[in-house]
Amino acid sequence: MVSAARTLKPEPFAAGGALAVREVTHRFELEGKPLPVLDRITLDVAPGEFVALLGPSGCGKSTLLRLVAGLEPPSSGSLVFDGATIAGPDPSRVVVFQDPTLFPWRTVEANVALGLEAQGLLKTHRHRIAEALKLVGLAEFASAYPHQLSGGMAQRAALARALVNEPRLLILDEPLGKLDSLTRLAMQSELARLWAEAGFSALLVTHDVEEALILADRVVVLSGRPARILAEIEVTEARPRARDGAALVALRRDILGLLA
Amino acid sequence: MSAAYDVASGEAATERTASPRRPWPALEIAAAAAWIGAGAITALIEEAGDFGYTQEFAFLLAGVGGAILIAALVGRAAPALGRRLRHWAPWLILIAVGSAGWELVTAKLELLPMPFFPPPQAILEVYLDDYPRLLESLVASAKLLAVGYLFGASAGFLLGVAVGWSQVVAYWTHPILRFVGPLPATAWLPLAFFLFPSSWSASTFLIALATGFPVTVLTWSGVASVHSGYYDVARTLGANRAFLVLKVAIPAALPHVFVGLFMGLGSSFAVLVVAEMLGVKAGLGWYLQWAQGWASYANMYAALIVLALGCSSLITALFKLRDRQLGWQKGVVRW
Repeated sequence: MVSAARTLKPEPFAAGGALAVREVTHRFELEGKPLPVLDRITLDVAPGEFVALLGPSGCGKSTLLRLVAGLEPPSSGSLVFDGATIAGPDPSRVVVFQDPTLFPWRTVEANVALGLEAQGLLKTHRHRIAEALKLVGLAEFASAYPHQLSGGMAQRAALARALVNEPRLLILDEPLGKLDSLTRLAMQSELARLWAEAGFSALLVTHDVEEALILADRVVVLSGRPARILAEIEVTEARPRARDGAALVALRRDILGLLA
Repeated sequence: MSAAYDVASGEAATERTASPRRPWPALEIAAAAAWIGAGAITALIEEAGDFGYTQEFAFLLAGVGGAILIAALVGRAAPALGRRLRHWAPWLILIAVGSAGWELVTAKLELLPMPFFPPPQAILEVYLDDYPRLLESLVASAKLLAVGYLFGASAGFLLGVAVGWSQVVAYWTHPILRFVGPLPATAWLPLAFFLFPSSWSASTFLIALATGFPVTVLTWSGVASVHSGYYDVARTLGANRAFLVLKVAIPAALPHVFVGLFMGLGSSFAVLVVAEMLGVKAGLGWYLQWAQGWASYANMYAALIVLALGCSSLITALFKLRDRQLGWQKGVVRW
């Protein structure tokens, strides 16, 4: 069903973009005192690569994502996406937040339409809405309101809202953090499938070691605040990955050792 | 919300009991009997004074009773009508008993001082004889209120959005709103009548002022309290400033805006009546004042009833509009 939808599509999803984070340092002002959050972060995401950022909560992972999304400028350092310095938000780098933040006054369909509407593409690209909803399995809930959805469904809708823009980099800010464990497992497989099919690059923030190992090509381990990169770990295991595979269990032990 | 549930559960209950045999609508028949009884009291007991339209009033009461009876019988076949009638039956009984009591203490027994407490048929008389003037007053009031309210609500909404959005506008507007806003609009009346070319334009301005203040403040607070996550989402999806205002800030603030519109409507009624009593030579406020001047209290009560019906209809209409615009809230907030 999904593959049929894909072959019908005139244009394929744009391929993944390349992100280069160079010596990025960031501070907040807290009661007049500077609070360092990021300490000289240098990081690359290759086109089509899935990178997970792992670190203790409150270490500044989400701040890094806000910088990559262009929602805030860094205090110093540079962020470059596909050769251009990131100066502001752009629909080629879409964020899925921890809260689905669906607009409660819009139906699921109208929420998914947001990006196209904002970019003035609604007339020419309306067909993408149904495709995105189908892709995340919400086709039947197009006319539902957000309050009628379960937590998992709301997060799927938020995913569809991001994917409809055919992003070259999908920025995932603990998108599964608030889901119950069963839904979480299902959504992890879903994310892996969507990433494999669509070919975007992905930057995922999580504090779940297993989630990072299941999904990512590379896991970047960050320290507590201000965040520095402690280690970068390649995960070469073939997909789909078994949670209890010997290689993943060993990597998990290493990472937990780093974070302890 | 809870009323809707009551109706739903009431429906389920009657459906269950009704399956073998529908019970007689005793309460509804009692309501019909009360109205017919009130009609009989009006028609048959001798009056202490000489009042017109007593028979007409008796027929009216009996006619309402007959209509209730027919509705009760039809309601056995039409469940929607039957439910509504059953719901309102206690009120219908109370109104019938109240009318009969009012008839007794005024026209029949003259227990209340006469010019101040006219019998119900005197009010009926006003509606039947003086309706052109009442209608003219109603139209005049409606026009004044509509123009003032729409001006005030639109200006308040625009200003509220501007204040909530722009720091510069907020800087210059906030102190003025704080200083001038709480002043009752009626306090401006003498000044407005002096400054404006006509008392009509002065009153329009005052109604707009009374409406505009709450609408401005509530719209502002609505826009200011929009969850910043909504803006982040919209910005990453490629939204420009216009989109953020029109498609994010305003819809998110709409529940607040409606609270402001309700408050504004309430205060606009007050200003309307006062303005018509003091300056404008038309409208229901003027009619009230005029009737009181001629000690024709029946006209005054008649106008008061029209005014009450008009105001409550407007509030109901605004509720309907809100339900249409904010249907999405039903699962989010309880009302």
